Amino acid sequence: MAGTFELKIIEPDGVFYEGEGELLEFVSIEGEMGVYKDHIPLTTILEPCVMKIHTGEGVKNAAVLGGFIEVLKTKITVLAENAEWPDEIDVKRAKQAKKRAQERLKKSDASIDVRRAEAALKRAMARIDAAR
Amino acid sequence: MASMRDIKRRRMSIQSTQQITKAMKLVSTVKLQKARARAENTQAYFDGMYKTVTSMLSKTKHIEHPYLMKGDSDKIGIVVVTSNRGLAGGYNSNIIKLVTGQDFDKAKVKIYAVGSKGVDSLVRKGYEITADYSEMIEEPVYGDAKEIAKRLLTDFTTGEIGEIYLAYTFFKNTVSHVPTLMKLLPINPEEMNVKEEVEEDDDKLTLMNFEPNEEEALNLLVPKYMSSILYGAFVEAVASENGARMQAMDSATSNAEEMISDLGLKYNRARQSSITQELTEIIAGAEAIG
Repeated sequence: MAGTFELKIIEPDGVFYEGEGELLEFVSIEGEMGVYKDHIPLTTILEPCVMKIHTGEGVKNAAVLGGFIEVLKTKITVLAENAEWPDEIDVKRAKQAKKRAQERLKKSDASIDVRRAEAALKRAMARIDAAR
Repeated sequence: MASMRDIKRRRMSIQSTQQITKAMKLVSTVKLQKARARAENTQAYFDGMYKTVTSMLSKTKHIEHPYLMKGDSDKIGIVVVTSNRGLAGGYNSNIIKLVTGQDFDKAKVKIYAVGSKGVDSLVRKGYEITADYSEMIEEPVYGDAKEIAKRLLTDFTTGEIGEIYLAYTFFKNTVSHVPTLMKLLPINPEEMNVKEEVEEDDDKLTLMNFEPNEEEALNLLVPKYMSSILYGAFVEAVASENGARMQAMDSATSNAEEMISDLGLKYNRARQSSITQELTEIIAGAEAIG
């Protein structure tokens, strides 16, 4: 194991998580990624996804709904627009949101904002996955 | 000298006003505590955002991006953050003065107002209100800021406005609130890089990589950057508003206190003189009979 890095997840309303991690898994707009310590410095945009924080004690999941991530050698900063722990997630609401978004996408006429519906769908899926 | 009854009535009325100002002071004190805690929490996000954007811009100085250049339109959009309620001392008028004091051409200014007090005075002064988001300042949430940022960026990219400014009250500490006007768009990399020096050496040596490339990342990042600035400004403005109101109500309460004690003296004096007068009259009457 390469050692640990500092991890900080910040939401607009304050610091969401601060601690050590060995591996961080997430989905950027370029695809799925896993970051260990001593990664090359990188800034990328996050997709709504389940962020998996591997620490010495186990894996923590958190739903991170958009934002971006800054990776330095020993320090990772996540600026999330919204982040939630699995037990904070209202699964029923997320499922409804998912259904709504899917229906909207199916209609696919010009009146709907496809990108917005897709984003809503992704957020709902990330929430549902994290809560599982 | 005013009669005893007049003085008494006056004193009662000031007393009840004082009760109101006292209660308002207490309420705004509590609200200020909350708003200040919130402003402090938001700071972390805002700082992180600022750092990332500056480091990105320092790398992208050479590129030409619409967000970094003045728009075609000569119109100026100003987001004016005021409160919905008055009795906050100079809080609202300071912001209005700041906006109207700039040498902007009135006809070219478009106001994106947050806070109905600002809407009222700017309309009276003949400014054009493009959008009114007054209900948002009651309880600022990030989603609202995002919505405004989206609208601003749309207007910027479609050429409705060429520049965007933000006027809000910066919460320095409980007693000092600074009306501030800052430029949101176009972003000027030279202005922003001042802070660059403070970065840790370790980070400075290593070159940051961006994925996707800078230009694409800028497209995605600027909206987030705008939302976070707006959100930060709203939270600060709410803290400033309550701080200003607390101060105003505090001085109103102590002024009332002063007036009450002054009237108390006057009342006693009036009472004394009326007693003296009565006595003089009685004695004079007794002497006349005797």
